[in-house]
Amino acid sequence: MSRRVVITGIGVVAPGGVGTPAYWQRLLSGRSATRTITAFDPSGFRSRMAAECDFDPTAYGLTPQEIRRMDRTAQFAVVCTAECVADAGLAGGEVPATRVGVTVGSAVGATIKLESEYVVLSDGGRRWEVDPGYAVPHLYDYLVPSSLAAEVAWKVGAEGPVSVVSDGCTAGIDALGYAAQVIRCGDADVMIAGGTEAPIAPITVACFDAIKATSVHNDDPEHAHRPYDVSRNGFVLGEGAAMLVLEEYEHARRRGARVYAEIAGVATRANAFHMTGLQAEGREMAEAIRVALDQARIGADRVDWVSMHGTGTKQNDRHETSAIKRSLGPHAYRTPASSIKSMIGHSLGAVGALETAACALAITHGAVPPTANLHRQDPELDLDYVPLQAREHRVDVALNVGSGFGGFQSAMVLCRPEAVSR
Amino acid sequence: MSQFTIEDLKRIMRACAGEDESVDLDGDIGELTFDQLGYDSLALLETASRVQRELRVALPDEALGDVETPAQFVAFVNGRLLETAA
Amino acid sequence: MSAAVTGLGVLAPNGVGTGDYWRHTRAGTSGIRPITRFDASRYPIRLAGEVRDFDPAAHLPGRLVPQTDRMTQLALVATEWALADAGLAPDAAHDFDFGVVTSASAGGLEFGQRELQKLWTQGPSTVSAYMSFSWFYAVNTGQISIRHKLRGPAAALVTEQAGGLDAVGLSRRLVADGTPVVITAGVDGALCPMGVAGQVPAGQWSTCDDPARAYRPFDAGASGGVAGEGGAVLVIEDGAAARRRGARVYGEIAGYAATFDPPPGSDREPGLGRAAATALRQADLVPDEIDVVLADAAGTLAGDRAEADALEKLFGPRGVPVTAPKTMTGRLSAGAGTLDVATALLAMRDGIIPPTVNTGGDGYGHQIDLVTSLRHVPVRTALVLARGIGGFNAAVVLRAADRRSEGMEEA
Repeated sequence: MSRRVVITGIGVVAPGGVGTPAYWQRLLSGRSATRTITAFDPSGFRSRMAAECDFDPTAYGLTPQEIRRMDRTAQFAVVCTAECVADAGLAGGEVPATRVGVTVGSAVGATIKLESEYVVLSDGGRRWEVDPGYAVPHLYDYLVPSSLAAEVAWKVGAEGPVSVVSDGCTAGIDALGYAAQVIRCGDADVMIAGGTEAPIAPITVACFDAIKATSVHNDDPEHAHRPYDVSRNGFVLGEGAAMLVLEEYEHARRRGARVYAEIAGVATRANAFHMTGLQAEGREMAEAIRVALDQARIGADRVDWVSMHGTGTKQNDRHETSAIKRSLGPHAYRTPASSIKSMIGHSLGAVGALETAACALAITHGAVPPTANLHRQDPELDLDYVPLQAREHRVDVALNVGSGFGGFQSAMVLCRPEAVSR
Repeated sequence: MSQFTIEDLKRIMRACAGEDESVDLDGDIGELTFDQLGYDSLALLETASRVQRELRVALPDEALGDVETPAQFVAFVNGRLLETAA
Repeated sequence: MSAAVTGLGVLAPNGVGTGDYWRHTRAGTSGIRPITRFDASRYPIRLAGEVRDFDPAAHLPGRLVPQTDRMTQLALVATEWALADAGLAPDAAHDFDFGVVTSASAGGLEFGQRELQKLWTQGPSTVSAYMSFSWFYAVNTGQISIRHKLRGPAAALVTEQAGGLDAVGLSRRLVADGTPVVITAGVDGALCPMGVAGQVPAGQWSTCDDPARAYRPFDAGASGGVAGEGGAVLVIEDGAAARRRGARVYGEIAGYAATFDPPPGSDREPGLGRAAATALRQADLVPDEIDVVLADAAGTLAGDRAEADALEKLFGPRGVPVTAPKTMTGRLSAGAGTLDVATALLAMRDGIIPPTVNTGGDGYGHQIDLVTSLRHVPVRTALVLARGIGGFNAAVVLRAADRRSEGMEEA
C-alpha cells in the first residue's frame, strides 16, 4: 500500500498529568499515580485503589451543557481532541470535513453515568422495572458508546467515517489501527483517533474484584501495580484518554506538519481460548506482532523499545514475555521492554492509546519510560523491563502490545518515518 | 452445625455455572478435576462466591487455588465451617 | 478480489432461522408485539420486536448459558447456523484464517442490569465473575471466536444502528487484505427495563400501542421507530476461494462507505446520500444499475424526510424500488444492517422484493417508489442503508454473483 499514516498531534488526559508535556514528564519520573480511590467510598471492596485523573472539565473549556451531557469518558476524549488538533496545527479547520474521520476506542463506555442513572431509575436497585420517568435526556447515549465518537466528531466537525472500536482492553490500539486503515485505503486524509475510559465506578471495581484481577496491595496504593515483580498480584484500575491526529504522510508533509512517528503496522488476533484467561505460550500475541512487523516491512531485530501490556497479573506477565520472545527471537533480550501501566494504572480501552502516545514520544525524545515498582524481578520473567528508572535510548522503531478480555491480542509497530526505507 | 455435601456443590455449580453436556454430574465425580468436569477458574470463583454467601463462611483466595476436585472443595468448605464454628 | 457472502444465520422477531424468517417476510408477517420480557405496562414504550418461541438454552452448551446475555446467546446460535449454511467447520488446521467482526450497541445490558441490582442491594461480593465480560461491547466477538476456535483478526464496532453495516465494511476490508473467511455478526438487543427506559427520552421511538400502526416509516403518520432484538450473521469470504471450494455464493459485497452528519443545528446536508454515492462508486455502479434499496427507515418525520430527499437526489423521483422489511422486525440496532444484507441477498436469489408493511407511503409518493406488497422482479444489485443515532451513516452495495463478474475476476 502506498499511503502511509503518521501521527501529527497528541492530546492526553492521564493520571498524574493532563496535557502531553505533563504526561511525558510523569512517565519519565518513574512515579506511580495510583492511590486509594477518591471517586467513591471503596470500603467493602476487595481492591480499593485506582489511578485517578485530577480533572476539572471547566478548566478545559467545556461548557456547562457539555459537562451535564457528557459522561466523564466523553469529557476526557473531547479535551484530548482539542489538544491534539491544536498540537497538529489543524484547529483552523483546514481539511475538508468529509476527509476527516474519528475512531474512538473504549472498552466499557459511559460506565459512571450508566451506573449512577441506573441507581436513580431503580431507586437504589429496589425496582427491576426501572422508572423511565426519572430518565435524564441523554440516558441512551450512556447505554450506547457510539455517543463518544459523536461528541468528538461534533467538536472537530468531522463528516468522514466515524466509529467506536470496542475491543475490550485492546480498544486503544485497535481504534488507532482501524483509523490508520481508513486513511490507507483512501477513505479519509485525517483521522482523530485514540482511546478513552473512565471506569472508576463501583460496578467496575466489583467486576474485577469478582475475578480477582486487581491488586490487593491496599496498604501501599502508590506501589500496588507491580508488573514483572515477584510480589505482583494484579493491576490497579486507571482512567484517562489519549487522542491522536493521524494523517496521510504526504498530506502532513505538504503542510509542513511536525511528524511524531509513523504507524507502520497494526494487527489483532483472537486467542479463541478463554474470555479472561491466557495461555502461557503467547502464540496469538506473537502472531499479531509478526503480522504488524510484516505490514511495516521492519525486521524483528530493529525494534528498539517494547511498550508492554504489563497488567501485573501472574498470567499476563508470563504470557506477554513468551509472546515477545517468540516473535523477536534473541533480540527480545536486547530490547528494553517496559510497562507504563505501573505508573498510570490500567485504563482498559484507553490505555493502548496512551501507550501509543508514549511510543510516539519515545521516538521523538529519545528516551524510554521505566517499569515502576519493579524491585524484585520474577526469576521466571527474563526480559529487560527497565526497572524504576527511565533511560535515554534512541528509538527508531517501537512496538506496542496489548491483550484484552475476549481474547484480543494486538500489536502496533511505530517508527521514525525517515529511519525506515520503503 | 450443617455439613456441606457434594450434592450442595452440584446444585450450586449447576445454578451459577451451568453444566457440560459431555459430563454426568450425577455420576461419581468427587475425584475428577474441575477441568475434567468442564469447569474453568471462573466457574470455580463463581461457585466459591455463592458458597460463601449461602453458608456465611469465608473461603480465602490462596487456599482455594489448591482445590482441584469436588471432593477437595467439599472437604475444604467443611474444614472452614469447623474453624469458623470453633 | 471479491468479498462473497456464503453463509447466513438469521434470528429475527418474525422468524427463527433463515427459512422461517424469509417465509414470514415475504408474506408480510410482523413480529412487533407488546413487550413480554418484563412488565412494561407503566412504560410509555410498550411494543418491541422480541424473538419469541425460541429458547437459546436449548441450542447452546449448558456451560455458556449462565455466563451470557440474551443478545450473545442469539449471536452464538446464529453463528452456528451461518457456518453450517456456508458448509464450513473451522478446526485447528484453519488457525488464523477465520476472523470475527461483531457489532452490538448496548452490550449485554440485561445481564448488566441484573448485576447492578445485586451490587446495589446485596453488596459488591455478590457481583458475578462473568459480569466483567458478559456486559461489555466486545463480548460477542470473544464468545464466537472461542466457541469456534477462530484465531484470525477480531473486532467489535459500535455505531448504534449503523453498526451492522460498518461490521460488513470492515469484514470486506479484512478479506481484501488476505483473511480467508470472516464471520460478521450484527446481532443486538437490549429489551430489558434499562434498555427501554433509555429509549424514552431519546425521542426516536414510537409510543403508539398498536402493533399495526406504531412503526410506519415514510408515512405522514410516522411516530417513531420500534426497537427489536436479533439480527443476522454472515459468512464473508474471498469470492474466488469460495467458488474453488464449490460454495454457494449468495452475492458479493461490492461497495461500502461510512459518513457522519454535520453537527446538530448545521444547515449542511446530512451524510446519508454521500455514503450511498460513495459506496456505489466503490462498486463501480451507477444509480440506474441498482435494483432495490433497503432503506434505514427511521420512522420519524425528520429522518424519513432526509432519507427520501437523499434517495430522490441520487436516483431521481421514484427512480428505484425502496423497501423496509424492518417494519416487520422493528429496529434491531446493529442487527439491522446484517439482517438487511441477508434480506437483500435472499431477494436476489428469489427475484422478489419483500414489502414494507403498515405504511402507505403517504406524502412520499412523488419521491420514492415504496414497495408495500411483494413484488416479483429480478434483483441483481441492492443498496442497503443504515443510520445510527448521533449522525452515523453507512451504505453497503451488494451484487449478485454472476458469470460476468466471475469471468472478470479470472481475467
